[in-house]
Amino acid sequence: MSILVNNRTKVLVQGLSGSQGKFHAQKMKEYGTNIVAGVVPGKGGTEVDGTPVFDTVEEAIRKTGANASIVYVPPAYAADAVMESIDANLDLCVCITEGIPVRDMINVKRLMKTSASRTMLIGPNCPGVITPGECKMGIMPGEIHTPGTVGIISKSGTLTYEAVKQVSAFGYGQSTCIGIGGDPIVGLKYIDLLEMFQFDAQTECVVLIGEIGGQAEVKAGEWIKQHFSKPVVSFIAGQTAPRNKRMGHAGAIVSGGDDTAAAKMKALEECGVHVVQSPADIGKRVKEVLGK
Amino acid sequence: MYLHEFQAKGLLRNYGVPVPDGGVASTASDALRVAKELKGDAWVIKAQVHAGGRGKAGGVKVVKAFDQVYDEATRMLGMKIVTKQTGPEGKVVRRILIEKATQINQEIYLSFLVDRDSEQHMVIASSEGGVEIEEVARDNPAAVIKAQVNPVTGMGLFLGRKIAKAIGLDSSLLTRFADVANKLYQCFVDHDGMMLEINPLVVTSDGEIICLDAKMSVDDNALFRHPKIEEMKDYGELEPQEVRASIFDLSYVSMDGNIGCMVNGAGLAMATMDIIKFNGGEPANFLDVGGGADVNKVREAFKIILTDPKVKVIFVNIFGGIVRCDLIAQGVLKASEEVPSDRHIVVRLDGTNVQEGRRILEEGAAKSGLNIVTGDTMADAAEKAVQLAAADQPAKKRSAAKSA
Repeated sequence: MSILVNNRTKVLVQGLSGSQGKFHAQKMKEYGTNIVAGVVPGKGGTEVDGTPVFDTVEEAIRKTGANASIVYVPPAYAADAVMESIDANLDLCVCITEGIPVRDMINVKRLMKTSASRTMLIGPNCPGVITPGECKMGIMPGEIHTPGTVGIISKSGTLTYEAVKQVSAFGYGQSTCIGIGGDPIVGLKYIDLLEMFQFDAQTECVVLIGEIGGQAEVKAGEWIKQHFSKPVVSFIAGQTAPRNKRMGHAGAIVSGGDDTAAAKMKALEECGVHVVQSPADIGKRVKEVLGK
Repeated sequence: MYLHEFQAKGLLRNYGVPVPDGGVASTASDALRVAKELKGDAWVIKAQVHAGGRGKAGGVKVVKAFDQVYDEATRMLGMKIVTKQTGPEGKVVRRILIEKATQINQEIYLSFLVDRDSEQHMVIASSEGGVEIEEVARDNPAAVIKAQVNPVTGMGLFLGRKIAKAIGLDSSLLTRFADVANKLYQCFVDHDGMMLEINPLVVTSDGEIICLDAKMSVDDNALFRHPKIEEMKDYGELEPQEVRASIFDLSYVSMDGNIGCMVNGAGLAMATMDIIKFNGGEPANFLDVGGGADVNKVREAFKIILTDPKVKVIFVNIFGGIVRCDLIAQGVLKASEEVPSDRHIVVRLDGTNVQEGRRILEEGAAKSGLNIVTGDTMADAAEKAVQLAAADQPAKKRSAAKSA
């Protein structure tokens, strides 16, 4: 099982001819991801490292049967590229691009809410999604992952790698790891993914990595308490962050009293989530919880 | 990016939003000239610093004669405003805004922001203006009205009328309030605002609606389409390290501790600060070198930490994904050549090209005598960094560093 992506996922790359797109498409291929097409407006009919390039997403789907897209388009045009994928009704769109204006994302979400498209969006400003051994759609170092039973959901990139490494060090692999992105407005959120993990037989435990800003972690906690039957281990980054300062991610800013790390940790704990104070204890706590 | 009050009011004026007549001054004689040009018999002098609560800290004064304008401007320029938001070191007042005083009948609160839950813009309004909205929300939540704005239709006028009614405005003010609110929203959206707070929005004794204050922040990610706004950035409001970081497009936030941090990725950078604190230490900064860092960027990032006088120990925590460890190692060595330092550097490298990175660092350190201490894991490295900072002594020799 696993969620979102597997060995049947056929991926098209939006922005394949750019340096980021080209580099990571190669890395994904090396991992075994089935990259079937690139989309670069105006460059249809060409090839990049043996992958055929099309002018539009719609044409790429028609000619190759792609069912998922990954976006490496620069910030000024990235929201437009995402909307093209939504309009083409792909199953999944993963947007890696960092620096998309919030207003553009408001428009993307408005399109998703009012159109009949089934497209699920991951990101933007995220490392992507990986089902170890089957499909890597993203920029994460593939070699640190191993197939297994722990699902990981995170707003951060490198902190996710840290969690993967720790979980692996204690002998557990991962079912699927998803970076949902650190922007204020993103596609799939914690609860959407927890719902999927609930029904994924392979996943026995979920690691939820959050950070300061917004209420997404608190809402996830409430949902876990009501609906989620598997153990959840959580770390919230930004316990030492000052107020009103943007900590790297556009969404990581403490602006009230209820979006601090302490408030989120308390809320999650009250919902039965296993919260660790130190980011070095994620793997250890997973082992304690799974108890094998 | 935060705008000053006078900058935000300038934008609002362009949209036909009523704001008091006024002008900016950076000397007391300038202030006097502005007041004389404005005419009238009462003026408000307001410190232009990025800090809420400046009124309580002496940053807002009403004066009623030209000599008072001059004296008050003299007092305010150069003073330090200390509020909850500025921290104990405060912010120096470099500019003041002089405005004609307004006869106030009623004070209202009105703000616009990005609502993450509904994924739209949101309007917040209250009949209790002039005080902090968090206090109103706590003491009298019923007085706080919230409404989402559909991005396709915008506010229109109906939403403004609905809000006016909900906060109990007089019927005679409905149309005028809706017009002002709609113009505020347009200005907010057109400039990719993250927050626009008018507190207070006042009804004057003549029945006019005027924005007495304006606090605005703009989406940093959207500055590429607002070059004029980007030019308004006030580097005087930043710490020296923050100014350098902004030149090289690095995410940096200054903190009060003595352990300097260089990390890749915002989440890991926050977690690194957290684990320092968890072990009993204090971080000196947040620094994310970013995903696309090259040797030059890493060098500049490391130099920012090296030139920070409060830093006693440096903690480099890298999990290479896109960023390669060998590149980090080269950047660290180059920066150390330019800014020699005998401080301990605790390094934890993992991920892409980790072996190569470690080798470069070790060889470089052997040559230049850098005090490099390696940590195998994040926990191990954090413990070492905190211990070394607590020892409070610069390392003399490399052997001493190794035994630490």
